[in-house]
Amino acid sequence: MSLDISFIGVLIGSIMASSVPLILAASGELITERSGVLNLGVEGMMIIGAISGFALMVITDNLFIAIIGSMLSGVVISLIFGFLTQSLLTNHVATGLALTIFGIGLSAMLGKNFVGIPGKDFPILFSSLRESIPFFGPILFGHSIVLYFAFALPFLTNYFLKKTKLGLVVRAVGDSPVSASNQGINVILVRYCCILYGGGMCGLAGAYLSLIYTPQWIENMTAGRGWIALALVVFATWSPIKVLIGAIIFGGISILQLHMQAVGFRIPVQFLIALPYLMTIIVLVVISRDSRKIKLNTPTSLGRIFYKEK
Amino acid sequence: MYKNFLRYLISAIFLITFSISAKADFKVGFVYIGPTGDHGWTYQHDEGRKAVEAAGIKTTYVESVKYGADAERVIRQLAQSGHDLIFTTSFGYMDATNKVAKDFPNVKFEHATGYKREHSNVSTYSARFYQGRTILGHIAGKLTKTNTIGYIASFPIPEVIRGINAMTLAAQKVNPNIKTKIVWVFSWYDPGKEAEAAQALIDQGADIIMQHTDSTAPVQTAEKAGIWSFGQASDMQRFAPKSILTSIIDDWAPYYVERAIAARDGTWSQQDTWHGLKEGMVAMSPYNKGMGADLVKEAEQLQKDLASGKIHSFTGPIYDQKGNILVAEGKVADDGMLLGMNVYVKGVEGDIPK
Repeated sequence: MSLDISFIGVLIGSIMASSVPLILAASGELITERSGVLNLGVEGMMIIGAISGFALMVITDNLFIAIIGSMLSGVVISLIFGFLTQSLLTNHVATGLALTIFGIGLSAMLGKNFVGIPGKDFPILFSSLRESIPFFGPILFGHSIVLYFAFALPFLTNYFLKKTKLGLVVRAVGDSPVSASNQGINVILVRYCCILYGGGMCGLAGAYLSLIYTPQWIENMTAGRGWIALALVVFATWSPIKVLIGAIIFGGISILQLHMQAVGFRIPVQFLIALPYLMTIIVLVVISRDSRKIKLNTPTSLGRIFYKEK
Repeated sequence: MYKNFLRYLISAIFLITFSISAKADFKVGFVYIGPTGDHGWTYQHDEGRKAVEAAGIKTTYVESVKYGADAERVIRQLAQSGHDLIFTTSFGYMDATNKVAKDFPNVKFEHATGYKREHSNVSTYSARFYQGRTILGHIAGKLTKTNTIGYIASFPIPEVIRGINAMTLAAQKVNPNIKTKIVWVFSWYDPGKEAEAAQALIDQGADIIMQHTDSTAPVQTAEKAGIWSFGQASDMQRFAPKSILTSIIDDWAPYYVERAIAARDGTWSQQDTWHGLKEGMVAMSPYNKGMGADLVKEAEQLQKDLASGKIHSFTGPIYDQKGNILVAEGKVADDGMLLGMNVYVKGVEGDIPK
């Protein structure tokens, strides 16, 4: 492996690019789960975001509309989940699974006419700095705006949950909806908002795939990334910063294993392919051993149905 | 997943209402591994299906059918619903096809790229894609500056290994220092992973990318990186207009039409077909002028010679990675050896995943 310093910079840059959809979807789902709602529909919301973003790009020829539209489509489809689980009190797990299946099917149907159309180049920022600064150039510059947003998001989420009053409200609703309700908090409304926010972030994660990462529409193109995002939230014990670490490790090892193959390491390829999953779990388990902190972060009422007696 | 449920429903109603006593129309069914819009493997099979339809024969298709139990269920369903001839168009449908064929002796089956013909109503067919790989190898060997060719591979089956070997042998002939770097993605179709694999190969010094996977993501990645690439299965030129040197095109249409008509007229019999450039089952898309007029001429000549049989992709002496002789000097590999190929030739890096 050529190990000069500029190559490592390029490598880190591509690892960052590959972890963006995981960071976005997992950060969104984290807020949803912290409010006590378990939405297993991440994959479905992502794929809907992917097709909506791509379709809007083709129809309007405007990437800004495409990105906003993909988030809105995630919001709309998560509204279905919100209505079912919060207003009709259906089971979170079953409804979330149904949402994923529905999303994959619907996106395939909507996408029929958008297959085989080449995507547009998404504008990247500071591309001249990328070339001129060795090592740090490819890491810090020459990315899409969505990537910068994704890497800021876990810190914003952390700040929101820990330092703002609204964040406290979300955590209270997730930990003890009954007490929160007695304090005069509208639990259902808070949960609706968190679900819709999660949907929007998942939609954006999908659009990142279809508009920026591999600019094209292909049936089922999220290829299980939604499930990995879901698992990340749990293994990161509902901490936004650990979600970020987990996503980078997963993206990093996925890409490193391809490099190891290209270099010709004598390690069975099947093992290399399993490596990202193994390493992510091991690292997150090791860094999240403080049981007191886990208790503090885990939304106690996760997945439980809440209704207000009248 | 049935995309064609409505079509089945309508045809079922049609059959029940109008033709209870009459024998149902002759129908041909197709089973696809990917969506028809993959612009690669499945897209080309569907072009073949459309040609059958144009010849006045009814067809139906089921797309994105997974290997295993799903495949068997879909094939069985097609056989039960009155299809007289069924094309199963991916290697992994081999066992399912033979299993269903046993239970439906009156239905004809055609399995692509496989080798099992356990019952007299199963034919197999494939194309000599490796001839196309020889042309790619020649071009790549001439154009590479880093002497490194990046190859994105799907599954370690003879078909894929044959392509890697054919390409490497041809490249070595024009450039003895050539190295083939391979990344296995263990998928026919995962654009994200294919793009990452292409990028990894580029970062590792490959300045020409080729693929044995079905999406257009690798050629798009090559276009972005400003390096050469080759399209797979169909003409992918519009996805990477500057980068693509040529694409290996699979043209199934003449074969599908011929076999469908034979089955309808009762002249169908079991066959093992392996056609190539000569018969037109393998074709090359127009060569990119960017490679230089001389090289275009060489490629065209090579294509002619491969078609006429003057040149064989696997002409001895050929050695395996350890230096053992596989094909002696002056001999060419026979079809049996090609079909069962499971070792790399000298010059390919790494091991075949077991």
